[in-house]
Amino acid sequence: MINTTPMDGASPLFKSEIVIVYAIALKMLLGDRLKYFGLIAGIAFAAMLIAQQASILVGFTKQTGAFIRDTAQADLWIMDPQVRFSQDHIPLREIMVHTVRGTPGVQWAVPLFQGFVRARMPDGTNFTLILVGLDDSSLTGAPPLMVEGALTDLRRDRAVFIDAGTSAKKLRMKNGGNRPMQVGDTFSIMDHQAYIAGSYRSRTSFFWEPVLYTTYSRALTFAAGGDRNLLSYVMVKLLPDASLEQTRALLQQRTGLAARTNEEFIQLTADYILNETGILMNFGFAILLGFAIGSLVAGQTFYNFTLDNLRHYGTLKAMGVSNRTLAGMLFLQVAVVSVLGYGIGVGMGSALGLLMSSAGLAFSMPWQIPAITALAILLVSLLASWFSLRRVFALEPAVVFKG
Amino acid sequence: MSLLSTSGTPVVSCRQLRKNFGSGENQVQALRGINLDIYPGELMMLVGPSGCGKTTLISVIAGILDASAGECQVLGENLLTLASAARTQWRGKQIGFVFQAYNLLPTLTAAENVAIPLLVQKLPRSQALKQAAEMLQRVGLAERIQALPAQLSGGQQQRVAIARALVHQPPLLVCDEPTSALDHHTGHQVMELLRRVATSANRSLIVVTHDARIFPFADRIAHIEDGLITHIAENSPALIKESLHVA
Repeated sequence: MINTTPMDGASPLFKSEIVIVYAIALKMLLGDRLKYFGLIAGIAFAAMLIAQQASILVGFTKQTGAFIRDTAQADLWIMDPQVRFSQDHIPLREIMVHTVRGTPGVQWAVPLFQGFVRARMPDGTNFTLILVGLDDSSLTGAPPLMVEGALTDLRRDRAVFIDAGTSAKKLRMKNGGNRPMQVGDTFSIMDHQAYIAGSYRSRTSFFWEPVLYTTYSRALTFAAGGDRNLLSYVMVKLLPDASLEQTRALLQQRTGLAARTNEEFIQLTADYILNETGILMNFGFAILLGFAIGSLVAGQTFYNFTLDNLRHYGTLKAMGVSNRTLAGMLFLQVAVVSVLGYGIGVGMGSALGLLMSSAGLAFSMPWQIPAITALAILLVSLLASWFSLRRVFALEPAVVFKG
Repeated sequence: MSLLSTSGTPVVSCRQLRKNFGSGENQVQALRGINLDIYPGELMMLVGPSGCGKTTLISVIAGILDASAGECQVLGENLLTLASAARTQWRGKQIGFVFQAYNLLPTLTAAENVAIPLLVQKLPRSQALKQAAEMLQRVGLAERIQALPAQLSGGQQQRVAIARALVHQPPLLVCDEPTSALDHHTGHQVMELLRRVATSANRSLIVVTHDARIFPFADRIAHIEDGLITHIAENSPALIKESLHVA
């Protein structure tokens, strides 16, 4: 009789099943190249679509809060309670700055103007800009990185700063000039002359309009001829030992305004943009579509692969291979194509993301996205193997006698 | 032809074996009360027209199809009371299969195909492949151990299938139309191989066939019609002549 001594030092059942799974299941899978590559392509496509679309969505979401992150020296932002997002300019009375400064727990408070203005370039090109006016004395809220010029240059006569990263696209003279605005140029904002004294680099913003910085008082002059009641926000720094919640409650009580932390303001902005623009629905739909297409392609291909091999599964069943081992074979086959497909898909998604990022498009892939994509692909794989498993489990081994 | 003795304990013992497919008006009675004994060392052929129940009978005897009623003792086990998982395990050890279409896994080499029953019995891979190579040598395929099924002729594929059926030394071999896909000469060679390598005092063979040319290899021939065994005859020149006429 045959020698059935198990291998030394290991569970014979485990080892045997692994042997069968590796030696037979993988060879069955690799033997059918067309379906093998089809399966990988289906899963890779799904993984790429899910990861890429989710990363664009996260990228957009992050971009909606770019201005707040760039201006995040304060602990609280005082604003009209009806403000829905960071570019939603609802003016406050300037007296509010003094009210806030007089509130216990406040270390300092500065005004910030932010609003849309019209500008006219030397060649006649018209633009709509977002003008940010910083506190004249402290320049609090200034952009994080100067590229040309110094921050103090903002105090020069009629000075404004432009965004070095986007001016080539967003501040381009098109009516004869055909060049981007640059440091040293002059132009008019709401019929007031402005001089570009420097350039800065900031986070990429969701909003298209170019952002120009100037001082608070000059911003009021540019925007409305010096009207003192165009204050957008009061930026508040708390004393080190002050309670955020208590001071916030006091500020809201004294001013009748809303007081939001940076994160709350970022979240408020993101929620508004995502919900009101339909971005969330569109990207959510694209992600679901990737999942559905991936499930269909991978499921259908794997089911066909199983059907093609049904006779062989029946033969193995007839020869004493248990349903459990057959399930292991199927799962291994699905696992191999899923891991490869996932790797290729997320890799391609990342590569596309790098290209998109270098082109200035929204793309951000935190670790959660590959993790969620892995879960989605796991679900796709389970769905794909479920129908095949049912077919194999229901298979009568007597099918092998059908010529 | 053989030293067959039809006395003693049979390897297969079926009594009033019935198998129905479907239910109600659509019910088909594939087996309608089969009585059959097969003895150690015997090569029993099952013959009869298509749809008479031959394949259903060997499926029940091999433990891959449940009977509807009756008794079926195979190698001391009552298959009708054996649980599904236990029957699968039993089948892996006790039965060797030879199929009409060979049923070799196309992506495995000849040796790997032959090693499958040993792997199912939890033998280490290297040992299984060694024994598979030895068995392939016994069926005359020592030079084709690493060949894929597609690289082998029909006769060679069937020899690989026979090696696979024998490698784990099962006491019962079930062969379904083993020569129907082969030409006369190759079919004859395959039957000679089965007779020479497979039959022994401890092993019995059941061969389902339409191929009257291989009847001389049988010890006994059971004729089945309409789900019933009409008669079982010892092999003899007269029987062969009669069988040739029936087939």
